[in-house]
Amino acid sequence: MESLTAIVLSGIFINNFILVRFLGLCPFFGVSKETKSALGMSLAVIFVMVLSTVATWIVYTYVLTPLGITFLVTISFILIIATLVQFVEFVIRKYSPPLYRALGIYLPLITTNCAVLGSTLLNIKESYSFAQSIVFSTSSGIGFGMMLLIMSGIREKLELSDVPESMKGVPIAFIIAGILSIVFMKYFGRIAL
Amino acid sequence: MSDRPSYIREFMRGVLRDNPIFCLILGLCPTLAVTTSLENGLGMGIAVIFVLTGSNLIISILRWQIPAIVRIPSFIVVIATFVTVVDMTMAAFLPPLHRALGIYIPLITVNCIVLGRAEAYASRNPPALSVVDGLGIGMGFTLALVLIGSIRELLGTGMISFMGSTLLQINIEPAMLMILPPGAFFIIGLLMGLSNLIRNRKGG
Repeated sequence: MESLTAIVLSGIFINNFILVRFLGLCPFFGVSKETKSALGMSLAVIFVMVLSTVATWIVYTYVLTPLGITFLVTISFILIIATLVQFVEFVIRKYSPPLYRALGIYLPLITTNCAVLGSTLLNIKESYSFAQSIVFSTSSGIGFGMMLLIMSGIREKLELSDVPESMKGVPIAFIIAGILSIVFMKYFGRIAL
Repeated sequence: MSDRPSYIREFMRGVLRDNPIFCLILGLCPTLAVTTSLENGLGMGIAVIFVLTGSNLIISILRWQIPAIVRIPSFIVVIATFVTVVDMTMAAFLPPLHRALGIYIPLITVNCIVLGRAEAYASRNPPALSVVDGLGIGMGFTLALVLIGSIRELLGTGMISFMGSTLLQINIEPAMLMILPPGAFFIIGLLMGLSNLIRNRKGG
C-alpha cells in the first residue's frame, strides 16, 4: 500500500503529468500564452479530473469488474468523461454564470485532454483504492496546473525577448519545457528509466 | 473527384503540408512519450494509422446517419472501438511492444489528430477519399515519430537497433538525457524550428 503522502508527492513533483508522463501537452502548449487563461484551464482540469475519477472508479469496480467486461474500459471511461463534462457545463451555466464565464470555453476542450483519461486509466492500472484514486488525481491535477502557470509566466516574459524568427511560439516553448524538465529531474528524485 | 492524381495529392498533403506534428502541432502526448526508440515510434505510428483509417472509413460511411448534435460522442465511440481492437491485438501478438507503449495505446482515443480528422475531413467527404486522408495523415505522423525516435535513440544510446539487429552505430559518448523526458522536448522543439525555417525560406 502506497501512503497518501507518497502519492501526493509523486503526483505533483516526481511523476509530474506534463514533464514526466507527457499527458495533457496540447493544452500545455495551447493555453499557456497568458496567465489568466492558464489559471482557468488548470482549475477546470482539476475539477473534471476529480469528478471523473470518482465516476470511473465506481463504474469500474461495481459494473465492469463484476460483469467481466473490463476490456470495455477505454470506451466506457471516455463516454463517462464526455458526459460528465457536458453535464458540468450545463450545471455551471445554470447556477454560476461567473464561474461559467471563467471556465466555460475550456470545458469542451477537456473531453479530449489526455490528462483526464490518463489519470483515470492510471488509477485502474495502479489498482488504487477509492481514497488513493482521489488523492492521486487531485495531486496530478495540481501538478498539471502548476506547470501550466509556470509556463505561462515564462511565456509572457518571453514576448519581450529576442527569439530567432523560426523558433518563435511553440518551438521555443518546447525548449523551455525541456529545461524545466531537467530542473524537475534534478530536484525531485532520481527518475529510473 | 474521380481522377487518380487527386488521391495521391490527398495522401501527400497529409504527409507533407499538413504533417500533424510539425505543421498542425496535434497529437503531442504520444509523440513525446513513446519516441525513446525507433521501434516504439514505429509501433505507435502503425497503431495510429490503423485507428485513423478505420475510424475515418466508418465515420465517412455513417456521415448522413449521425445527427449533427451528437456527432462528437458518436465519433469518440467509433474511435474508442478501433483503439480497443488495436489494444487487444497488440497485447496478444506483440506483448513487449504493448508493455513499452503501455497507457499511451488507450490514450490514442483522445489523440486530437484522430478526432480532428473525423470532424474536419471524414464527416464531409466520401469513404474512399477519407481512407486516403487517414492513410496520409497517419503516414505523416508515423514518419515524424520514426524520425524523432531514431534521433533520440542514436544520441541516447549511440546506435539504432531494429528487430534485434543494429542498423547504425556511431562512436559517441551516449547522452542519457536524450532518452529521458528533457531530450524529447529539445529534439521536437529544434525539429519544429527547423521545419519553420525551411518553410520561411521557401515562402520568402
